[in-house]
Amino acid sequence: MAQDTETLTLERTPLDGLHRALGARMVPFAGWDMPVQYAGVMAEHNATRNAAGLFDVSHMGQILIEGTGAAEALESVVPQAIVGLRDGRQRYAFFTNDNGGLIDDLMVSHQGDRLYLVVNASRVAVDLAHLRTRLPNVAVTHVTDRAMLALQGPQASAVLSRFVASADAMRFMDHRVISSDYGALFISRSGYTGEDGFEISVPADRAEALAQDLLSDEQVTPAGLGARDSLRLESGLCLYCSDIDEGTTPVAAGLGWAIQRVRRAGGDREGGFPGANIVLREFLHPPERLRVGLRPEGRAPMRAGVSLYETKASAEKLGQVTSGTFGPTLGAPVAMGYVPARLSAPGTRLFGEVRGKRLPVIVSPMPFHPHAYNR
Amino acid sequence: MKYTEDHEWLSLDGDIVTVGITEHAAEQLGDIVFVELPETETMVAKGDEIVVIESVKAASDIAAPLDGEVVEVNGKIVENPAMVNEDPTGDAWFFRIRIEDAGLLDGFLDEDEYKATLD
Repeated sequence: MAQDTETLTLERTPLDGLHRALGARMVPFAGWDMPVQYAGVMAEHNATRNAAGLFDVSHMGQILIEGTGAAEALESVVPQAIVGLRDGRQRYAFFTNDNGGLIDDLMVSHQGDRLYLVVNASRVAVDLAHLRTRLPNVAVTHVTDRAMLALQGPQASAVLSRFVASADAMRFMDHRVISSDYGALFISRSGYTGEDGFEISVPADRAEALAQDLLSDEQVTPAGLGARDSLRLESGLCLYCSDIDEGTTPVAAGLGWAIQRVRRAGGDREGGFPGANIVLREFLHPPERLRVGLRPEGRAPMRAGVSLYETKASAEKLGQVTSGTFGPTLGAPVAMGYVPARLSAPGTRLFGEVRGKRLPVIVSPMPFHPHAYNR
Repeated sequence: MKYTEDHEWLSLDGDIVTVGITEHAAEQLGDIVFVELPETETMVAKGDEIVVIESVKAASDIAAPLDGEVVEVNGKIVENPAMVNEDPTGDAWFFRIRIEDAGLLDGFLDEDEYKATLD
């Protein structure tokens, strides 16, 4: 009965009733009671790759930053170019700590008179405290009266356009505030599946109506956290707390691409964020360990925690899988993890220890399944 | 058919027991993507974890329900793990064990008793 007690303390999203009506299996995730699957992970994964999946991502933290100099202020805590991010555009970013470690990764959108952030559920409290401490001269608001839906897959644009005019005119990483039958929507053309699609912030009291309407389209399948994880893994996307954390730095995590030139050494707005010296030095002197893609040769998945070795018999553990599963689209297991730089080249054969057996695994480029963004 | 509280089914034919997992177990595990079976001609003891099943979400073990010798395993479910979701109590059996004393099966749950454990 301990589980029941735990359930009572979990937060429920505005779509909680809908999940239960759809027969979802609910699990605790980052303090929220969330659907891990409805019909099954594999079917939901495939529906998202082939048509469209609808995910409840209301657990994600939504934050607004407003006030004079909001962009300059945010630039003081992220290594991304926020000044110059145009109205109606979104950018992937991360908060760094003084050691260059990753406090969280997030999406930043320019809404004209303010910045809109979407952060990880497990990091909302940490992020809010960090922002309020570091950015005392702007208003930081935790938005708690909104839900968020992710509609992902090749049919997402056609479906959303039936209910929200002009959604199909958006391109990858566009962001719009759109008045609709469901109130003011904050829509981004992005997601966490590698597919084309949208993340839609909707007033909490209109979320179920929007979800029901989207689900009324036969192209749309409700999808849970299980499919979200297998989709993001095949697409090579990091999961905070698993693949990146306060102890990992951007370049080691393979996220150097997300730091624009203007913030790097020699750029007009070089540095000026926590841990900048450490982060920028990594572009010149690569870190000892790097995040890589891993493809086990056999069918056995290599999940988080699997130790990596250079040979079948070598004693020294060289690295570790940080997340892994079976990739339904690939029909094979996929994983990611950290290995020494000298063993990070694609094609390098390593061994992962699964239930006491050393099984071969190949360092592989990511994404494992190509991204299908509407660029 | 007899059952364990760990959601295995056991079917006796002479001194050979065929073992698989129940519909309930298959449904709870979700989409099964990997199965590892024991070697044949190995002696196993009750409680030995001799099968690994992986779904997209997680790995689980299946224990030998009885002492005995593994005499046959179902290679078809290694080739096509999804069979376990489709037909867990039929074609997707896991392994067969030869046991010393058929009377040992009396200690397991019958169908009604097993179903009562699911409530």
